[in-house]
Amino acid sequence: MTNHWIDLKNTDCALIMGSNAAENHPISFKWLTEARDKRGAKIINVDPRFTRTSARSDIYAPLRSGTDIAFMGGMFKYILENKLYHEEYVKYYTNATFLVKDSFDFEDGLFSGYDPNKRSYDTNKWAFETTEDGQYVKDMTMEHPRCVLQLLKKHYERYDIDTVCKITGTPKNKYLQVIKTYAATGDPAKTGTILYAMGTTQHTVGTENVRSFAMLQLLLGNIGRAGGGVNALRGESNVQGSTDWALLFHILPGYLATPEAQKHPTLAAYNQKETPKTGYWVNKPKFLASMLKSYWIKDDPEKSYYYLPKRIDGKNYSHIAMFEAMYNKEIEGLIIWGSNPIVGGPNANKEQAALANLKWMVAVDLWQTETSEFWSYKALDRATDKDEYKIKKPKDIQTEVFFLPACNSYEKAGSVSNSGRWMQYRWQACNPVGESRADLEIAHELTLKIKELYQGSSKPQDEPITHLYWDYGHGAHPDLDKIAQEINGFEVINGKPGAQVANFTKLKDDGTTACGNWIYSGCYPAVTGKPEDYLARRRDNRDVPYEGTKPIGSYLNWSWCWPINRRIIYNRCSATPEGKPWVEDLASIFWNGEKWVGNDIPDFGATKAPSDPGGTDAFIMRPEGVGCIYSKCNEGPFPEHYEPWESPVANILNSQSFNPVVVEWEPDKRGTPDKYPIIGTTYRVSEHWQSGVMTRMQPWLAELMPDVFVEMSEELAKEKGIRNGDNVIIMSTRGDIKAVACVTKRFKPHNVHGKHVHQIGVLWHFGFNGYATGDPANRLTPHIGDGNTMIPEYKAWLCDVRRA
Amino acid sequence: MANLTNLYDVSKCTACRGCQVACKDWNQLPAVIEPFRGNYQTHEDTNADTYTIIKFIEHEDDPAEDVTWNFIKYQCMHCLDPACMKVCPQGAISQTNWGAVIKDYDKCIGCQYCTYACPFEIPKYRKRDDIVTKCTLCYDRVEEGLTPACARTCPTGALQFGDRDELLERAQDRVKFLRANGFPNATIYGKLELGGLNKLYVLTDTPDKFDLPVNPKVPGQITFWQNWVQPYFGWLIPLALAGSAVSFVTTRILAGKHGEHAEGGHE
Repeated sequence: MTNHWIDLKNTDCALIMGSNAAENHPISFKWLTEARDKRGAKIINVDPRFTRTSARSDIYAPLRSGTDIAFMGGMFKYILENKLYHEEYVKYYTNATFLVKDSFDFEDGLFSGYDPNKRSYDTNKWAFETTEDGQYVKDMTMEHPRCVLQLLKKHYERYDIDTVCKITGTPKNKYLQVIKTYAATGDPAKTGTILYAMGTTQHTVGTENVRSFAMLQLLLGNIGRAGGGVNALRGESNVQGSTDWALLFHILPGYLATPEAQKHPTLAAYNQKETPKTGYWVNKPKFLASMLKSYWIKDDPEKSYYYLPKRIDGKNYSHIAMFEAMYNKEIEGLIIWGSNPIVGGPNANKEQAALANLKWMVAVDLWQTETSEFWSYKALDRATDKDEYKIKKPKDIQTEVFFLPACNSYEKAGSVSNSGRWMQYRWQACNPVGESRADLEIAHELTLKIKELYQGSSKPQDEPITHLYWDYGHGAHPDLDKIAQEINGFEVINGKPGAQVANFTKLKDDGTTACGNWIYSGCYPAVTGKPEDYLARRRDNRDVPYEGTKPIGSYLNWSWCWPINRRIIYNRCSATPEGKPWVEDLASIFWNGEKWVGNDIPDFGATKAPSDPGGTDAFIMRPEGVGCIYSKCNEGPFPEHYEPWESPVANILNSQSFNPVVVEWEPDKRGTPDKYPIIGTTYRVSEHWQSGVMTRMQPWLAELMPDVFVEMSEELAKEKGIRNGDNVIIMSTRGDIKAVACVTKRFKPHNVHGKHVHQIGVLWHFGFNGYATGDPANRLTPHIGDGNTMIPEYKAWLCDVRRA
Repeated sequence: MANLTNLYDVSKCTACRGCQVACKDWNQLPAVIEPFRGNYQTHEDTNADTYTIIKFIEHEDDPAEDVTWNFIKYQCMHCLDPACMKVCPQGAISQTNWGAVIKDYDKCIGCQYCTYACPFEIPKYRKRDDIVTKCTLCYDRVEEGLTPACARTCPTGALQFGDRDELLERAQDRVKFLRANGFPNATIYGKLELGGLNKLYVLTDTPDKFDLPVNPKVPGQITFWQNWVQPYFGWLIPLALAGSAVSFVTTRILAGKHGEHAEGGHE
């Protein structure tokens, strides 16, 4: 989230799209309800079906899965044509005024620079116009035909209300109601927030979906302000933390790109290629050098850079790619930690077959999961005889499987980072059951054991392990404070830790500081021996406002938040270019004549005056200092509507059937509407958690949602002769599953291009273990991912359904 | 002592059912896992091991308009004038001085007379213990200064606990707000019904849209019996039990028919 949970109470309008916030993030409705009661806020929900969120919203509008960009495009057009955008904000805080070079063009769904063989673009074609001395050329009137605002207008000319509604299936009156209500937040005195989750991201155009939200918020002047923002609701309590800590292949902790072997042979080459010339990222070399020091304290960063694993240039190591590699027997062993791909992975049948190709697998989890028992009879049982991936018998599977029992969050201490980027410490409530251990202890002992095996080696290739700095106390229980101190960072004197650094502004690139993750630097600024030295342990629940202002729910002394306890990021935008709050009652930060002050930590030079050069460059992380209405996603500078990989209809906006930059892994598994005419999607419910490992094992939660069900309209049920509560079979090219029909008025067929298109939705929480069991819905979903991140397209694929 | 009660505001409930789990947890009730029947609702009605449920009710008055999906928490209403208490031949049911209607399971003989005296059909017979059970308004928590488990766990503030008069005022303000903001039929339930309930509801629509009896009544013969016959003709109890047996049988037959009728109704 750019903002945080409590801040939802400050909004005037919440657009919940691609999220079922009421069901999956119940606490969001505590604050949204407060906004509605105290500020008269409106809540809008856009979703293929009517959910518990829709039931608590003021406006509900349906859309067909996978058509978010069309929906947003129509909003852009309406807002631009009716001049509903926040003009001053757009002019000063975004790149709307920038001129783009002539080499940028767009025709029939493709931007200039496309290479159909590589399925990628030469993004240099999309560059901004610059003067000879490298300054960006701007038109502050925003009327130049090649300025971003005019190009934006031109790009979305085709997205008129009728065309959009033909694509999305949204009733026209509902669509207009949504646009008018949300566009009202373009008023400088109002703010609107967008709440999204996996309904937005799990598409082949997931990144562009999110981009379109950011663009809308920039146009309406809603970023960096209380009650605004682009707010990704993170489901897993620590999913924000795991991204910050680089549980992804393309980044190191703190969002530094992972090095590639040819492109970044040395630290100098990495720094030269990855460090922009302007914006706050000019400090990147300091962050990387300090991270390397925290790993290998005695080595120079130039040397320890060689210890860091490198990617093969351009190779993809994401979830789908990894399972494709396992399926093709390119990987021998797997440690699977708190993950259950047999239930949660796309094309779960294939992923199960992939696991059977491993020599060994270590599973770490609270219970025996479907994945840790992927070799068992019950794991190989199927709803029908169709066998797409030659699933074997238990005796044919040679994978040696080890299981390490992990303990629950209440049985251990440590911090989690929530959606609002708060790093909150949790104390241990009770002792672990049996032999189960904290994840951290398992990692700790594993590392100690590996170090022991390499002890005494003088081989240079063993140095990454023999030199690894691992000083977290003695015995099996690592010292959490020592770890947090290293995360915060300290000075390094003669290869030993010195004083703590205050925060990342004190980090150096010469090997004299160490810091585990620069964005968390500041969480443990001094060691005085008090528990609250670790700021994540703070629990002051007073919301003390800055002198002369009203409190806005910042609670600055409750836990700690990255970066440097800043609760709303980009908050320079909460003030006018001259430095005054847009809205007095919701003053975040403002200029008092000498410095920036207010109810938050300034996301700006503390004493840089509005009149100083760059005094309105509110987006300090961007080289241009402004928010990107025009950017460089892999698909192009502006999001364009492409149909999902599997779609029941043709694309009527351009002749590209699906995202031109996505990689097709299994072209033969692409379902077609003649055989599979129904759109399928998967989702969660309040009562279960992710792949269900933690909830299906609990009788009280199993009681709430006992079976896998599929929601469908009364119209579809009638066509198929299905009654409410019947057992049905759902089929895709990847597999078949059994589920119970939930025939409901809350799902309606979409009216697309003048014909009825049916959509169904299946819960994906289920597997064969526990009190509540059922077929994993992901046996139906495809191995295809987004054009930038490779997140699987769980939310829009083709299927058919019949009575069991 | 002033009455303490729950105020349940349907306009804030997201049907997460944290209350259902909190209730089972505090009362240490076993899960009653029933197969999914095409509705999110866990059970058609409360049962001897499930004191509270959230009901899910779909309405579509005008196909051009949105469907409405109503959620309502259903449990013992803790009537200010509880019929169950009056009919209990063993005096196993009593009322605390703050309004909770509670049962003494040591005294309960499982006669189930209370189950059909109740206008909300709440008390349920638990065969394994030969007793009749229901929501206790967590009197064992409240008397120790705690909030009932359901209200304690509610994330959105749909369930509040406190002084009945204060909550009634809050409910009246809320109804005013809702009527002015898109819910012209918003109303309070529990203020006047049966002379007042020690459970207050803010509804966004009329009670029938929430499966609540619009004008709940205690069966006439029970009122007559308990108010007039029993106090003066205590020796008629054996006869009363015979009468109740007949009544029990007929009620069950009627309930059976009602059940058939109800099936296949809303989702």
